[in-house]
Amino acid sequence: MTELENYLFSGIPIRTTLDNSTTVQYAGLLCQLTMKARSTVRDIDPQNDLTFLRIRSKKHEIMVAPDKEYLLIVIQNPCE
Amino acid sequence: MAARGRAPRYGHPSAARTAGTGTGAPCPRSQERGAAAYYGPHDALLLARPRGSKPLRARHAGMRSFSARPRGITNSDFRPRGRSADWPPGASILARPVAVTTAERQGRGGAGPRRESENMSENLRSSKTTSKSPKTSAKKQKGDKAKQSSKGKRKQLDKKDEVDLSMERIGHPEIFPLVFTTKTQEIFNCRVDEDVTEENCFKLIKKEDIIQDLKTRAAISDFYPVKRVVLEYPGEELLVVFDANFQYGQNFYLVASEEAKENFLKPPDTAEEKEEKSEEEKEGTLDVHAYKRSVRKPWVSLGSEKEVEEESVKGYVTKIKYMFSRARRKFGAPIRFTDRNASHVKDSYVECTSYQDTTFSIKLLERDVGVQMVPKVKEASTQTKWTYPKNAATQYSPRQLSNEEMEESLSSEKLKEFLTSVHLRMEIALQQNEIMNAFFDDWKALAEDETSSGDKSDVYLKAYQSFTDPQYLKDRSISCVRWHPTIYGIIAESATQQHSDEERINLSDKLLLQDSVIIFWSFSDPIHPQLILQCPHDIYCFQFSPSDPNIIAGGCFNGQVVLWDISKHEERLQNAKSITVGVKKSVVNMDSASVLNLLESNDTSEVKTRKVRIQPSYMEDDESVTEPPLVRYCATSSTEGSHKTVITDIHWLPDHFEVNRTGTTFENRAEICIQLVTCSPDWVSIAKFEDESVKKTFLKCIENCPDFKTETEDNTIQSFCSLILFWDIRVTKLPGKLSFEKEKNIFDMPPGVPDTFKHLALSWKPLIKINLCKSDTEMEYSPIKICLLEQHHHYKILDKAQSLNKPQALARENPYAKMSVPSNKPLKVLESISNNFFVGTKDGEIIYSDWKIKIDSDSGKPVSKKPSHKYIIHDEAVNTVQISPFFKDIVLSVGGWNFAIWKEGVTDGPILESSCTAQRYTTGHWSLTRPGVFFIGRDDGNIDIWDLLKKPHEPSHFQNISKSMITCISPWIASPKQQFLAVSDDSGVLHVLEICPILSQSSSNEQANVLDYFEREVKYLKNYEKYQEFQAKERTEKELETQMEKTSAATKQKTKRDGGARKCRL
Repeated sequence: MTELENYLFSGIPIRTTLDNSTTVQYAGLLCQLTMKARSTVRDIDPQNDLTFLRIRSKKHEIMVAPDKEYLLIVIQNPCE
Repeated sequence: MAARGRAPRYGHPSAARTAGTGTGAPCPRSQERGAAAYYGPHDALLLARPRGSKPLRARHAGMRSFSARPRGITNSDFRPRGRSADWPPGASILARPVAVTTAERQGRGGAGPRRESENMSENLRSSKTTSKSPKTSAKKQKGDKAKQSSKGKRKQLDKKDEVDLSMERIGHPEIFPLVFTTKTQEIFNCRVDEDVTEENCFKLIKKEDIIQDLKTRAAISDFYPVKRVVLEYPGEELLVVFDANFQYGQNFYLVASEEAKENFLKPPDTAEEKEEKSEEEKEGTLDVHAYKRSVRKPWVSLGSEKEVEEESVKGYVTKIKYMFSRARRKFGAPIRFTDRNASHVKDSYVECTSYQDTTFSIKLLERDVGVQMVPKVKEASTQTKWTYPKNAATQYSPRQLSNEEMEESLSSEKLKEFLTSVHLRMEIALQQNEIMNAFFDDWKALAEDETSSGDKSDVYLKAYQSFTDPQYLKDRSISCVRWHPTIYGIIAESATQQHSDEERINLSDKLLLQDSVIIFWSFSDPIHPQLILQCPHDIYCFQFSPSDPNIIAGGCFNGQVVLWDISKHEERLQNAKSITVGVKKSVVNMDSASVLNLLESNDTSEVKTRKVRIQPSYMEDDESVTEPPLVRYCATSSTEGSHKTVITDIHWLPDHFEVNRTGTTFENRAEICIQLVTCSPDWVSIAKFEDESVKKTFLKCIENCPDFKTETEDNTIQSFCSLILFWDIRVTKLPGKLSFEKEKNIFDMPPGVPDTFKHLALSWKPLIKINLCKSDTEMEYSPIKICLLEQHHHYKILDKAQSLNKPQALARENPYAKMSVPSNKPLKVLESISNNFFVGTKDGEIIYSDWKIKIDSDSGKPVSKKPSHKYIIHDEAVNTVQISPFFKDIVLSVGGWNFAIWKEGVTDGPILESSCTAQRYTTGHWSLTRPGVFFIGRDDGNIDIWDLLKKPHEPSHFQNISKSMITCISPWIASPKQQFLAVSDDSGVLHVLEICPILSQSSSNEQANVLDYFEREVKYLKNYEKYQEFQAKERTEKELETQMEKTSAATKQKTKRDGGARKCRL
């Protein structure tokens, strides 16, 4: 089971398949986390960049594909 | 002191002081002296050791005035070893005085000139003991003499050339080197290395002795060269020093001055030492030996001569000479002065401008700069501002795009680009998860398998509690055990007589007198039953309603179905639990419980007064408040419609369907369990009546019983009973309502009994009757256990228990209270519901059948279907037919000495059949949490635990529980980590055992494995059958072949014989 979300750079959701409050929460938190992860990668090697972020949790897996302006966040319930 | 006193005498006390204390810095005095020293540089060697600065200053002040005006000199040239004794009196005149600076401090005034000797003696006097004063006074006189003699000596020196003898040339005029022959040494006791050594080199020789020696030995005497010196010596004793190093050229030298002698003997020390010494001397302990002679060292240049050179003033500058001349005639001429401008005439004035003189470049060598650190001090002050705490709140809402903006950004090219770039990455990641779990912990899974299969502990069933009651359960066998579906730790059990059926029939009268009860126990109280349900007869089986745990249906020994409603007592059961849970809560609840008890006692008293006929035992009971409440049944089925014998199994039909009279399944609108199914091994009674009249009366008697099927044949009556009955607990439309009312009047319910099932009363009749006819004969099977394949949805125990704990849950309405007459509205037929069931019979057969009623084409009567399959597997009555809680088509049957596992749809027989064991199996139950585990009770009180995955051929564990036969097993999941197994035995004891985690915790893929196992078994079974068929076929073929062979052989023989015959014939 997968859920799809699209986000704008600043953490404002553009399109979502989740309910509003969950979307806002995911958007705000994951946007920050992704920015942090990106800066970490770039700090280590300035020529490097973050291409994909996977967060494996007990319940599901959150996958983030970052780009210059947009983030694509997919929440997947694996192994079902 | 002395200097100050004497200073005026010399006229330049300040000069003297400056010279004495100065460090050679240029000063007016030295310049003055420099001017004086114009005549040439002077060298002055002052070899003296200071004894005190003041006398010294005085001394050299005097010396300066006397000597050839020495220029400034540093003291570095004067080695400390130098002695004033080196300076012979008056020698300073001969020597070239160099400088008088601080060096004078060291200078011992010994070298001082005559005029100074006075001061000297004064100095000595001041620094030395008074005891020496006479000596010094003598010295003073001698000093005067020496002064005179030095003048004379000078004259003599010129004459006699005595200068050679003394060490004047090296600055020690008072030292006269001498050669002492051994003879002389002997005379004066100064033998080398004996009397005198290098260390102790001094020898004082009396003047008289020397003079004597001079007289006796005259010119041979070693003192002859210094005869004059000796004679002129002022003191009594002369000092002779052993010159081991030949410092002065000879082996001895004579010290010719008293002062030098003193200095030799008393080596100069620091001022303190001197003071000490003076003190010692005061005490009269003049220690001559303490004097340590120092060796004179040659002068080493350390740069002082340069300084001296620098300091000395030399006439470098050519003197300017001015000559003024005037004509003679102009002398005395009158002078006329006129004014004129100076600049008009050349050379009218001479200008002397200042200029930098290259000859004088004085470097600034030293500068005094004073710096004092002063910390900067600054005053400052602050005052903190007090801010008031204020309540403030901010609320913000997430930013969201408007629809237009969203549209815009969704349709933007950027987003498309982004999606195309990201799309592949995301898809790969999603696919990875779909394909396999990359984060699956194989290690953990491995460990899990090990723990589940490993034999960690031997205790598989741990005794937790056991219940028995002496009043109700004495010598009784527990027939059925059921856990309360929702309340923790509540268990109910029914008891029956231990007698066999035959005995029971014989004792049937007595039995009525005995209490037949269902007892509720709680974990919190192992002694007192929580609730007692009263029964008309012994109960063989009972079930809680899946919809409402307060409704209990039981099957009686006499074939009646009984219903109880314990909703009034639910609170009590809850409280029994809460006692263990919390004290506070129990206090409140106990109050209500006691109120309830009081109500109960009131009820009983009412009952007592009414003296209801059917409750003789109830009357006799002395009910107290603490006694558990007795609950009367609220409905029984009519004896006519019920089973004729003991009901061995009872089940509630699942709440999602209902059946009608033809066995068709319909949807259940109420979604509560309203139908029951019971089975009883009703027998076929065959009575042969000899007498026709008796037969007739009997037939008359049974005429009213529609269930009885009668057939007459040679005076034999066979009576058949319904074997499996379906009941509906709702109000049924009975043809005669009057009879219902009538019955109601007759059997007046005692008060206090819930009227939930009032409508049923005794008129309750079964809905469907199913006869299990044997296909070939008219005989019927006698079912003991029934198992419907359509099962209840399992209880969600935890959820329900939680909801029940809530107060509103307690107050909720009884679902059965709303029960209404089934409406005429056509119900939807549910085709998906399976009508099939398994039945275990008294004879050990397992029957698979359908409950649908078929209309017999011949008679037009409804006839139940004939069983589709039957198998004889068990050797005795089947006691358990149970569907697996994990698989809808797997059924366990237990009976006799073995058990079997069946799968619906597999018609060839059981998929698993155990071998016979020594002990009879009395009951069995599936594990609720592990698909491959089930428990089987034996008649020797043991419980076999089977784990099909571990050991399919024998029980994986067995454990003894009781001495008597196990009658019933019932597991219960108390919590995910705690499971109980209730085991009842024949002696009336109920054991509650805790199932160890190994047996209760299933591994992750156990269900799949068990399913796989069952499927393998099915395959095996099919293959086996095929093989058997094949074998049978083969066998027949073989037989045929052999037959064929035989016949062929016979014909061959025949032909052979014929041939032979023919041959013979030929």
